[in-house]
Amino acid sequence: MSLLSIKKVSMFFGGLAAISDVSFEIRKGEILGLIGPNGAGKTTMFNVVNGFYKPTKGEVFFNDRKISGLRPHQICKLGIARTFQVVKPLQRMSVLDNVIASAFLRKKSRVQAEEVAMETIGFTGLIDDRNVISKSLPLGKRKKLEIARALATQPELLLLDESFAGLNPHELDESIGIIRRIKERGITIMIIEHHMKVIMSISDRIVVLNYGEKIAEGTPHEIAHNPLVVEAYLGEEKSA
Amino acid sequence: MKKYFPLIAFVLAAALPFAGFSTYVLHILILVLMWTTIGMSWNLLGGYCGQVSFGHAAYFGVGAYTAGILYSKLGASPWWGILLSIVIVGIFAFILGFIVLRLRGPFFALATLASGEIMRITAENLVDFTGGSLGIMIQERTWVGKTWYYYIILVITAASFFLVKKLIESKLGYYFVAIREDQDAAESLGINTTLYKTLALCISGALTGIAGAFYTNYMGYIDPHVVFALHDISIITIMIVMVGGVATFWGPFVGAIIMVFLAEFIRSIPGLGTAHQTLFGILLIVIIIFLPNGIVGDFRKFKRLLGMGRTSP
Repeated sequence: MSLLSIKKVSMFFGGLAAISDVSFEIRKGEILGLIGPNGAGKTTMFNVVNGFYKPTKGEVFFNDRKISGLRPHQICKLGIARTFQVVKPLQRMSVLDNVIASAFLRKKSRVQAEEVAMETIGFTGLIDDRNVISKSLPLGKRKKLEIARALATQPELLLLDESFAGLNPHELDESIGIIRRIKERGITIMIIEHHMKVIMSISDRIVVLNYGEKIAEGTPHEIAHNPLVVEAYLGEEKSA
Repeated sequence: MKKYFPLIAFVLAAALPFAGFSTYVLHILILVLMWTTIGMSWNLLGGYCGQVSFGHAAYFGVGAYTAGILYSKLGASPWWGILLSIVIVGIFAFILGFIVLRLRGPFFALATLASGEIMRITAENLVDFTGGSLGIMIQERTWVGKTWYYYIILVITAASFFLVKKLIESKLGYYFVAIREDQDAAESLGINTTLYKTLALCISGALTGIAGAFYTNYMGYIDPHVVFALHDISIITIMIVMVGGVATFWGPFVGAIIMVFLAEFIRSIPGLGTAHQTLFGILLIVIIIFLPNGIVGDFRKFKRLLGMGRTSP
């Protein structure tokens, strides 16, 4: 069953096509990897799904409801949360307050919001840092905070934009564990990642973008052996 | 103990008129409380929600004129203006917000600055309605003494303090600060940034409007140059919050005390004329360099600068 379906979406900036005519679906409960070389249109796709951009052409459906054209806060309310590649913590707030602010989306009272926030912070392993002002967090923890904040809105679909970039091997293992446990909670995940080993090991399916076009879709095994994908990443073999 | 601090402050303030102060001192205290209210309302929008307004004179003036016109055109008591200004200024802020809140950062600040000036020029030229530059004079004053005025503004200030504190500690407060820190992140966390910014502006404007309506009743005379003044209202409001402490509960109070007393002190120095503006400017620079979070926000640093408290942090 498809949770999110992207139907013939194109996104133009002036004459530049950041995404052209891309369609794919995300099934309930899976982890979908979105990969592609730099500038392939991955983050633009997130911005379209999340509502920052209104697609020039095409439509996006979430739970059979058209969401393209809605504003980001409306889309978040419907159950899609995202993280940012360039982390955007609410800098002068503590880690806990950051997460409380997003937990208020579903909870009316401060006490309930704090409950959700504490649970989420525990889940993402930030419990010891809960009173730290987020400005002074190291990158690895900021990335976790992004995930915690998105989770606290209690989404059905989570969009993770390079949540592993810049992490050390230990943090990387931790984050992979967190993502797996998010999936066990029944939350569907779409993830952008450059770290091939990670994406191949955690994704159920992978969609590959290149120059704004979808060039492949399939299981990690299929993608790894797809000549188009290999070409996009490693370059064309020069024929004499 | 800390929890009862506002209550203690309120009781102390309520006891002050019994100390046998002169009318002049009471007048100063009334001004301090009025500026505290304006400062707190600015702080809600500028300090917590991050929308820095250079045009709070617009709301102050509309509040003042609500009371004034109620008296001059309808013959009603200008005290009703305090209640009516909540509605009128609230609606005015909503309409203005619809235009200026589309802008971010410095563009918003400039648009608010312009809005204050537009209101001044409008009030000057709508002679039939506002009395133009002649202003509005309240012929019969309610009280000759100042004690009752003091208690009325004390209640207004205390109520504003309570309201702002409740708001900031609720969901709204979290949303305001989230918007201040990062509007895009706030939006993607499901916060309707347009709605909450408008709310902050309307509440902030209405509170400033109440202070304006009180001003009409208290001073008995208003004209566009006084109540829509750029530097005497809009800029002083920002200075009060900057000096006292942006995004702190007590900052506007501390700032108002310092600014009002400083203004009176400087005015008493002979031969200085309008040079007091220069001194305010120097004070602002000193504050920005040494206490960027204001006296309340950087209280430890402030004590260190004065040579009080321990030198090691």
